[in-house]
Amino acid sequence: MMQWETVIGLEVHVQLATRSKIFSGASTAFGAEPNTQACAVDLGLPGVLPVLNEAAVSMAVQFGLAVHAQIPEVSVFDRKNYFYPDLPKGYQTSQMYHPIVGPGEVEVSLEDGSTKSIRIHHAHLEEDAGKSLHEDFHGMTGIDLNRAGTPLLEIVSEPDMRNAKEAAAFLKAIYSIVTYLGISDGNMAEGSMRCDVNVSVRPQGQASLGTRAEVKNVNSFRFVERAIAFEVERQIELIEDGGRVVQETRLYDPERDETRSMRTKEEANDYRYFPCPDLLPVVLDQAYVEHLRGQLPELPADKRARFERELGLSAYDAGVLSASRDMAEYFEEVKNECGDAKQAANWVQGELSGALNRENLLITQSPVSARQLGQLVGRVMDDTISGKAAKQVFQALWNGQGNSADDVIEAQGLKQVTDSGAIEAMIDQVIADSPAQVAQYCDAEPEKRGKMIGYFVGQVMKASRGTANPQQVNGLLKEKLDALL
Amino acid sequence: MHDKTVTQLAAALADGELTSRELTSHYLQRIERLDSKLNSFITVTADQALKAADAADQARAKGNAGLLTGIPLALKDIFCTKGVKTSCGSKMLDTFIAPYNATVVEKLNAAGTVSLGKTNMDEFAMGSSNESSFYGPVKNPWDLSAVPGGSSGGSAAAVAAGLVPAAMGTDTGGSIRQPAAFCGITGLKPTYGRVSRYGIIAYASSLDQAGPMARTAEDCAHLLNHIAGHDLRDSTSLARGVPDYLDTLDAPLSGLKIGLPKEYFGDGLDPEVAAAVREAVRVYESLGATVREVSLPHTHYAIPAYYVIAPAEASSNLSRYDGVRFGHRCENPLDLTDLYKRSREEGFGDEVKRRILIGTHTLSEGFFDAYYKKAQQVRRLIRQDFLDAFEDVDVLMGPASPSPAFDLGAKKDPVSMYLQDIYTISVNLAGIPGISVPAGFVGNRPVGLQILGTHFAEAQLLNVAHKFQQATDWHRQRPAFAKENA
Repeated sequence: MMQWETVIGLEVHVQLATRSKIFSGASTAFGAEPNTQACAVDLGLPGVLPVLNEAAVSMAVQFGLAVHAQIPEVSVFDRKNYFYPDLPKGYQTSQMYHPIVGPGEVEVSLEDGSTKSIRIHHAHLEEDAGKSLHEDFHGMTGIDLNRAGTPLLEIVSEPDMRNAKEAAAFLKAIYSIVTYLGISDGNMAEGSMRCDVNVSVRPQGQASLGTRAEVKNVNSFRFVERAIAFEVERQIELIEDGGRVVQETRLYDPERDETRSMRTKEEANDYRYFPCPDLLPVVLDQAYVEHLRGQLPELPADKRARFERELGLSAYDAGVLSASRDMAEYFEEVKNECGDAKQAANWVQGELSGALNRENLLITQSPVSARQLGQLVGRVMDDTISGKAAKQVFQALWNGQGNSADDVIEAQGLKQVTDSGAIEAMIDQVIADSPAQVAQYCDAEPEKRGKMIGYFVGQVMKASRGTANPQQVNGLLKEKLDALL
Repeated sequence: MHDKTVTQLAAALADGELTSRELTSHYLQRIERLDSKLNSFITVTADQALKAADAADQARAKGNAGLLTGIPLALKDIFCTKGVKTSCGSKMLDTFIAPYNATVVEKLNAAGTVSLGKTNMDEFAMGSSNESSFYGPVKNPWDLSAVPGGSSGGSAAAVAAGLVPAAMGTDTGGSIRQPAAFCGITGLKPTYGRVSRYGIIAYASSLDQAGPMARTAEDCAHLLNHIAGHDLRDSTSLARGVPDYLDTLDAPLSGLKIGLPKEYFGDGLDPEVAAAVREAVRVYESLGATVREVSLPHTHYAIPAYYVIAPAEASSNLSRYDGVRFGHRCENPLDLTDLYKRSREEGFGDEVKRRILIGTHTLSEGFFDAYYKKAQQVRRLIRQDFLDAFEDVDVLMGPASPSPAFDLGAKKDPVSMYLQDIYTISVNLAGIPGISVPAGFVGNRPVGLQILGTHFAEAQLLNVAHKFQQATDWHRQRPAFAKENA
């Protein structure tokens, strides 16, 4: 049985978070009425000219610096010529020969806690096309040019990934970097990040690459893994059945979970790239690049390392909590508020993430602020409330009942009772009210008593309405029951 | 009245001798009466013109008039004009009403000039005779059987016939200078980047440049004063100060060093044109200039290089005319491909299709290096030829065209038409400015003297041209057509 190796390269299109388009002053906001955010330049009217948006250049360079890439002094916009109804000028302005970001590398963390370096071939700036709307027009196609001219950074990796997990990890790393830099919201559902996957297989040990298929329209982390899985299986089956893989562009269909051929190499367009004569070459002086370098925030890989090294988090926790800048900032605020990184990590990944996932919210949309959560965790740590009560407080804060953990604790009377006198009184009452259970306890084999004590703990906690410190209750109960033996 | 220059009309307006309304009405009447014989206008905007004239007169009454307030002009139909058909001489844009003004149009409006309408031109500015226009050829007022030159042929003919005192043209390979020469007027192509291209329908973006066409260099200076300058909407326009081009018009020419490129006086040049140019050079010598022969060794590569670069850019620039959003759309398309094919098949004329095909081919995979890249290398050599020459001389002089205006229908073969631009095309490739001034006749057809300067030497070119016009009266000659119909 032949052993196969999978080779994967990714092209990730990241929509840059500029306020206006890459070559015009029209807004880039998502979700407006069709064709309300397309000006004369975006419509490609006769006579209009593009003017490069400096913000897009700055964002591209920041990305380049974040992936340790060479930033060439000169980059050039080229025209990629093809006809399509949602491509108003009949060409896309892109960078074919002299991209703004040269070779770099990204360190990705894998599920086993290890890391791998994936090389970036280059990243280039280009304009997005509009959208063709095939529904709602009865046999016709509607064109919405709001998206036309939105700045994209296309990040092209080397074929350095060997399985779907690595590809997904790479995509997540890109997501982390662009959100850390604040150059994109990375929202795959809204198309702010889109991905084309190049997949090939080769016999294990073979040096040369197999023929690749380019799979387009892979627009979620999950689809990347599924599209690759399908494609790898398809290619291996094809070869093992005596066929051969043809170089082609395929489309991933998430509903059927399969890839389908769009066009083969022979049908591919000749894009007739040539330098755009309407735009000057972009010349970046060293001072400009260094200025941007000086402003870079702490990046995901650095943050992950610091979380492990300084905060003592596990590799897994550090990876999850540094995955997005919003997540990391939230976590760090919780940690600063409560003073304990591990507790903060548990709460952010446990209670908070669970609630966010249930309601499909981003961490920036959390009803419980980091400060509120930090204070809540602090109250558990200083024994003001029990862990169980804390969940109640969290739910109350989530529902907007109270401004702070202390408010909720106060209002709901959840303050933990640690006064041993008060606890002893409750224990005495429970023992007095449960003669049968006490008799059973005393008759039981010593090794079974540990389990039986749960009943009494429950009763005491019930009597205290959950406010008694469970460890204290446990200890005192054991003392008092054992005294009855 | 229509024999006067912009300068003279501006003085008459300033002195209150006449109003812009009177002037505008006079020219509109002439257009109405005479243009059916010339076909120099595609669209006449009489109502807007009279309104603008009244506004100009009111501004003057309030003391808010500038030098050009109330002066009628015409615009080549390549400049986008808000609310007015902007056809670019093509069926493709026969129904296109521009929703915005070109920067040049905005600047001319701000100067208070009055646009009479849009002038005829070769389709998408591709041609040297105005015969490729969807709206039919323009006749040369000097001889109605001759072409006016192209592509700004309508602008040149209208000025020569006294239908408008000045007009705006564009020049990609000689499209201002050659028709100016053929029609006996003065036409300036500024340095690439001197005048904004925003709103000028693109033919070949790295070569296109707008400029004034008028009777005299002085008139051109007036107009250039208003249209030159950096435009944030055109990245290829240069952020460089604009001098007052009137200030230096009268500077003496003693010591001026003139170079005559030997390549501009070789085979293919009509001997009578050569004689007229040499006579003009002698006038300059009498004004104190010295003359020497220079060489521009790569001149003979200019036409091949141009016919790679310009069509390449054009093939891409004209892709937007696909029948989807604006412009001509075929009836009942079967599918998308049919829509593209028939809309473009029906909307574009032969010369435009020829250049789209050439450009598409030269940019194709496998041909790009041999054609486009090589042509760009040649372009650099041609530019260097000029820079080297300008180390030794101040200006270059030669004919604007190898022959005077030819007969309508005379150039059936595209290549023979392309060769018309042999003296003008390299100037666009180098990006330098050039001016054509009237310098004699061959029979009844005018001859143009072309004067070239280094980048941003417009002030010098206008000065050199103006001094010639003070010493000669070629520019004061009027075609019989204009006189008969006075």
